[in-house]
Amino acid sequence: MGAIFRLAWQSLTNRKTTAFLTLLTVAISVTLLLGVERVRTQAKSSFANTISGTDLIVGSRSGQVNLLLYSVFRIGNATNNIDWKSYQEISQHRSVKWSIPISLGDSHQGYRVIGTNQSYFSHYQYGRKQTLSFAEGRQFTGLFETVLGAEVANKLNYQLNDEIIIAHGISDKSFNRHDNLPFKVVGILKPTGTPVDRSIHVSLGAIEAIHIGWESGAKLGNTPDALALVNHQFEPKQITAFMLGLNSKIQTFALQRYINTYTKEPLSAIMPGIALHELWGMMSIAEQALLIVSGFVVIAGLLGMLTSLLTSLNERRREMAILRAMGARPSHIFFLLVSEATVLTALGVALGTLLLYSLMTIAQPFIQQQFGLFIEITGPTSYELLLLGIVQLAGITVGILPALRAYQHSLADGMTIKV
Amino acid sequence: MNVIELTDITFRWPKQTENLLDIPSLTIKKGEKVFLKGPSGSGKSSLLSLLAGISQPTTGEISLLQQSFSQLKATRRDQFRANHIGYIFQMFNLLPYLSVIDNVLIPCRFSRQRKNRLSGTMDSEAKRLLSQLHLPQECQERPINELSIGQQQRVAAARALIGQPELLIADEPTSALDHDNREAFIQLLMAECDKADTTLLFVSHDETLESLFDRSIALNDLNQAAKGVS
Repeated sequence: MGAIFRLAWQSLTNRKTTAFLTLLTVAISVTLLLGVERVRTQAKSSFANTISGTDLIVGSRSGQVNLLLYSVFRIGNATNNIDWKSYQEISQHRSVKWSIPISLGDSHQGYRVIGTNQSYFSHYQYGRKQTLSFAEGRQFTGLFETVLGAEVANKLNYQLNDEIIIAHGISDKSFNRHDNLPFKVVGILKPTGTPVDRSIHVSLGAIEAIHIGWESGAKLGNTPDALALVNHQFEPKQITAFMLGLNSKIQTFALQRYINTYTKEPLSAIMPGIALHELWGMMSIAEQALLIVSGFVVIAGLLGMLTSLLTSLNERRREMAILRAMGARPSHIFFLLVSEATVLTALGVALGTLLLYSLMTIAQPFIQQQFGLFIEITGPTSYELLLLGIVQLAGITVGILPALRAYQHSLADGMTIKV
Repeated sequence: MNVIELTDITFRWPKQTENLLDIPSLTIKKGEKVFLKGPSGSGKSSLLSLLAGISQPTTGEISLLQQSFSQLKATRRDQFRANHIGYIFQMFNLLPYLSVIDNVLIPCRFSRQRKNRLSGTMDSEAKRLLSQLHLPQECQERPINELSIGQQQRVAAARALIGQPELLIADEPTSALDHDNREAFIQLLMAECDKADTTLLFVSHDETLESLFDRSIALNDLNQAAKGVS
């Protein structure tokens, strides 16, 4: 059998070009399969990494996915606001270590504006408990100062000290801009790969200030100018949601229960991990579809190999006849073809894996810079090894068809040389 | 000792109604060099595939080296061929992707017996045979497709002879060679057969070569089926 394997190898090296192209087809499909698998798991973990360190998110009563979507992902809207007094009472609860109030509702060129306070910059965490850090500038301190997420600054090409106008609501139209009160950019955050990159941060006081005269939802009353407002101390009456970090995780359930049964106002408290899990579950169909598509690419790659093996068979009838005359059994001929498919697939798998790792190494800094997504380069997981094993097995199986053909040829031809 | 012994052989391909071969008896003794002549279509290749064990006779019995051959199972016949029979085709005998030496050594990869019969290492034995067949040293290093047809046939002869098989079957090995080369090739082949005490069955339609052999058999005289037709 060793001799046959050697022959298969030598025969393959003789057909370098076709063999290499076939191998490349298999390799690329393997790269795609592993790549999709990597992207899938990385997307999943980056999704789970959107928020971390936060024990509870509190908003007005709603479903947990909805609350998570508007408070963390800046998608959709709150059903209702919550009273500032409720926030103050709960955030002073003895088990609460820190709290971040957030106030949503305004936007700038499609990016959501989020009113918050300094604790956002010290306590908000994403990924593996990373806090936000600044690429340029500093936190907001004055009333009309703003801190931009990385993508906002990058896409809209804002620099420090630029002035921006915030619009009321989500659509940015000329009649609903707070255009008498521009904000000065004082800080730009580093990319995080989370919705923070797409947010514009201002103080809660600023949110109050720009809405004076907008109490009815449109600009009807008198809107004072900036100078008149700067030295005024604004206290918000309402906020949209808040995040809580607790002294001990053990207290999470007790506090959640306390908030959910809060009598002064209907509130919902959710645990972000559980809500993220539920949300990801809703997206798992897309995830499966991606994997299925790359599975089909592998099948196409293996069919390419089948085609090239089958077309080579006729030219190789002489080769088979010579081997038969030298004492090869039909089973040797069968094994010769299966060996070829095995060798081709194995090399394809190896090359494909190599290709993936080189691509990841090259793309890693770029992706981190552009998307704030850190791709970890780790050895293949057991699931990936399983996938590769399946590909190899499928490759061997694909070899059986031309092998059967060659087997039949060699029985029929014997040592009469055709062609 | 009889190397080949055919008794009451008939043969036809599965879908044919009439016999292609009908040979009451044929005996070839050890060490004989036999010239088998017959025009194309006379059943030469069928007879050779019977002798090589690729096909089975419809009736009758074939003994090779005094062993009942046609009774063996297909895999045993393949093994027997690997161990005891050297075979040379008309042309294009060699695998283009193997080196000259590797081509010569193919039979040793399928037969432990022939490998064990080598006196030196596999490489040195292959080279010795090639030089005895007058293949220049530098040709042994070249790719197959750079050899002339005459040189290729000498490599094929070395391959058929390696490991001293008892029987050498040559199927028109000289038909692609010019006249002078033909005789030289046959002389070399015969000299090697003598050394190893190998029996030679040489098949050709070229009657000018007949005189070089111990014995000549006309397939049409032997084959009763051919007589019936004509």
